[in-house]
Amino acid sequence: MKNILSLNLRAWWAGFKAIIVFTVIVIVYTFVMTGIGQLGMSDQTNGSMITNANGEVVGSSLIGQSFTDADGNALPQYFQSRPSAAGDGYDATASGGTNKGHKDADLIKSVKELRKQIAKREGVSVKDVPADATTSSSSGLDPHISPEYAAIQVKRVAKERGLSQEKVEQMVKDHTTGRGLGFLGDPAVNVVTLNNDLDKLN
Amino acid sequence: MVYLFAILTLAFVALVLAAIYKPLGDYMYNVFNTDKDLAFERWIYAIIGCDPKKGQTWRAYLRGVLGFSLLSVLVLYLLQRVQAWLPWSLGLPNVKGPLAFNTAASFVTNTNWQSYSPEQTLGYTVQFAGLAVQNFVSAAVGIAVAIALVRGFAWRKSETIGNFWVDLTRCTMRILLPISVVMGIILIALGVAQNFAGVVDVNTIAGGSQKIMQGPVASQEVIKELGTNGGGFFNANSSHPYEDPNLWTCIIETLLMLAIPVSLTRTFGRMVGSAKQGYALLGAMVVLFAISFFAVVSFESFSDDPITRLTGGSMEGKEVRFGTVLSGIFSTTSTSTSTGAVASMHDSYTALGGMMYLFNMMLGEVSPGGVGAGLYGILVMAVVAVFIAGLMVGRTPEYLGKKIGPREMKMASLYFLVMPVIVIVGVSLSYLLPFARQSIVNTSLNNSGNHGFTEVVYAFVSAANNNGSAFAGLTADTPWLDTMLGLAVLLGRFVPILLVLALAGSLAKQDAVPVTAGTMRTDNKLFVGLLVFVIFIISALTFFPTLALGPLAEGLVA
Repeated sequence: MKNILSLNLRAWWAGFKAIIVFTVIVIVYTFVMTGIGQLGMSDQTNGSMITNANGEVVGSSLIGQSFTDADGNALPQYFQSRPSAAGDGYDATASGGTNKGHKDADLIKSVKELRKQIAKREGVSVKDVPADATTSSSSGLDPHISPEYAAIQVKRVAKERGLSQEKVEQMVKDHTTGRGLGFLGDPAVNVVTLNNDLDKLN
Repeated sequence: MVYLFAILTLAFVALVLAAIYKPLGDYMYNVFNTDKDLAFERWIYAIIGCDPKKGQTWRAYLRGVLGFSLLSVLVLYLLQRVQAWLPWSLGLPNVKGPLAFNTAASFVTNTNWQSYSPEQTLGYTVQFAGLAVQNFVSAAVGIAVAIALVRGFAWRKSETIGNFWVDLTRCTMRILLPISVVMGIILIALGVAQNFAGVVDVNTIAGGSQKIMQGPVASQEVIKELGTNGGGFFNANSSHPYEDPNLWTCIIETLLMLAIPVSLTRTFGRMVGSAKQGYALLGAMVVLFAISFFAVVSFESFSDDPITRLTGGSMEGKEVRFGTVLSGIFSTTSTSTSTGAVASMHDSYTALGGMMYLFNMMLGEVSPGGVGAGLYGILVMAVVAVFIAGLMVGRTPEYLGKKIGPREMKMASLYFLVMPVIVIVGVSLSYLLPFARQSIVNTSLNNSGNHGFTEVVYAFVSAANNNGSAFAGLTADTPWLDTMLGLAVLLGRFVPILLVLALAGSLAKQDAVPVTAGTMRTDNKLFVGLLVFVIFIISALTFFPTLALGPLAEGLVA
């Protein structure tokens, strides 16, 4: 055993030089990848940022946002996102979920309250509130909601914006991604790009 | 419907893997068995100062692994300790001692347990010049050790088992780097970010403000999955939209995690001269994986846990774009390959659904296990299976033409004892020592009762298996857990490697015994069944009491 654990100086020195060599290689790799991305696919490389009608950057099509006023009340003209556990909500410097288990009393309480709140807001029965509406995502930055959650919000948004329900439904459809090949993943409505495009109509 | 989607998703993954199995497995066979050194590799050997033609005894090989790895821990530790003065530090301070040790140990051992929250702890330089480097080389170390063990079976009367520096260099330069470049570009095209923009301030659509952390994500994301590392660029890991923006990136990342561990069984088969031997190991991996995947999908869809009952689904801690099935296959893959990446929060799974992830790791990471580590893990289990079968029929056990004698069995038995001992000692001390218990209960736990206990068990199982996923509610950045989990990852990595290389050395010395009518076949369905049984029974016997106190109690008691 002693023989195995006595690391001789040569092995250490070789190891050190190897670490330096591979570090240099990986640094070069990182910058080459950044270069390739910037040259060929600058939109994705730079975080898929989106702009409003005035051309101002208003976020990323991939990163969820809150559509509430300063006090946290839902703004009725917007489709609402899921609850978020990232920082104070959709803080893209503090991603993460609640990590609460299914029997956590606080989680059960908040889900119950949210279900009532949302049912009241949308004028539907509590049992029509879908699962994603009252639960926090894994990243806290989920830009999507389920088509079911979008569906119960259509009436309110259409009314607030003076648009026909058909028009809003069509827009929801345009911002929905289906299952890949018909079976991969779940259908999802991107609320960030949907709300941004709704604003662009005016 | 959910089962149909699950079956089709699994079939899709299996189909793609079947397509790359031979090309990638054969390619890796050539990488480790050719005499030709490429020009840039010769430069690397010249700088390191090693003779690529010279084989090493198992002891010399081990000295290489340990010297390289322990020094890596030191370098990575120091890098974090001075990060405030490095470029692109994003204004973040130097990382504190215990956390820097934990992170360094965790990335060098291919664990990538994250006690830290990346956005608030690490600047870009530590990530791409520190962590990403270990993502490459720690994966290469694992594969090198596995190849060394396979040589033990394949070579006859040999004092040497290969050259560590050659295996390390070839694996990094010919396998990991080229695949990372190609697949990294594809990930960027699909939306994974790759920039140095820091934190971008925006005024949101609704007139609020949002700070969006950017970074060189794709270059790190691809090797994080390919090398079964799992350390996320962001705290939310692969559920963060910049790491994993859509279903295609999710399925590609799943495939990246599986590609090398699965194809290595082909490399193994070729090296021992029978592709069927590789299929047998693969068969056992597939059985364990598929059972676990369908169990997770069932529990997540049909458990009667309070939140599921209340909301009609299990969406807490899941992303809408992934849903139950894609989240399930990603996490089953991640916990079965010792990657530890997450696209959903395991802590918020149903009690029994989360248990499956814990159980995947408790199997010892062999279904199919991490890059290299999975192959040497299942080879050790195959040795145990052959031994048990040998006892039953009263013959001297042999595997791949090598006698499994007392020395070999000692190595194999010690191997499968290491992980449970680390877990049980670690968890026990955490609750028995008054100051540790205080730290766990007052600071670390995010959930109470059985679920809280599961958080602690999961942490030690994940560390000891070098997985790195977590029941992430657990606050692990405390002096107690940083230190204990840091030690757990180091022991969980290097004690098994020591035993595997010793086993490789003693096998390589032997001449092959001829195959006779009495030789037990190890390339048929019967052996696959035996292997699955042995893997299952060893973990079940070891961990059933632990599971009973944690997820089983939570899930089965109303």
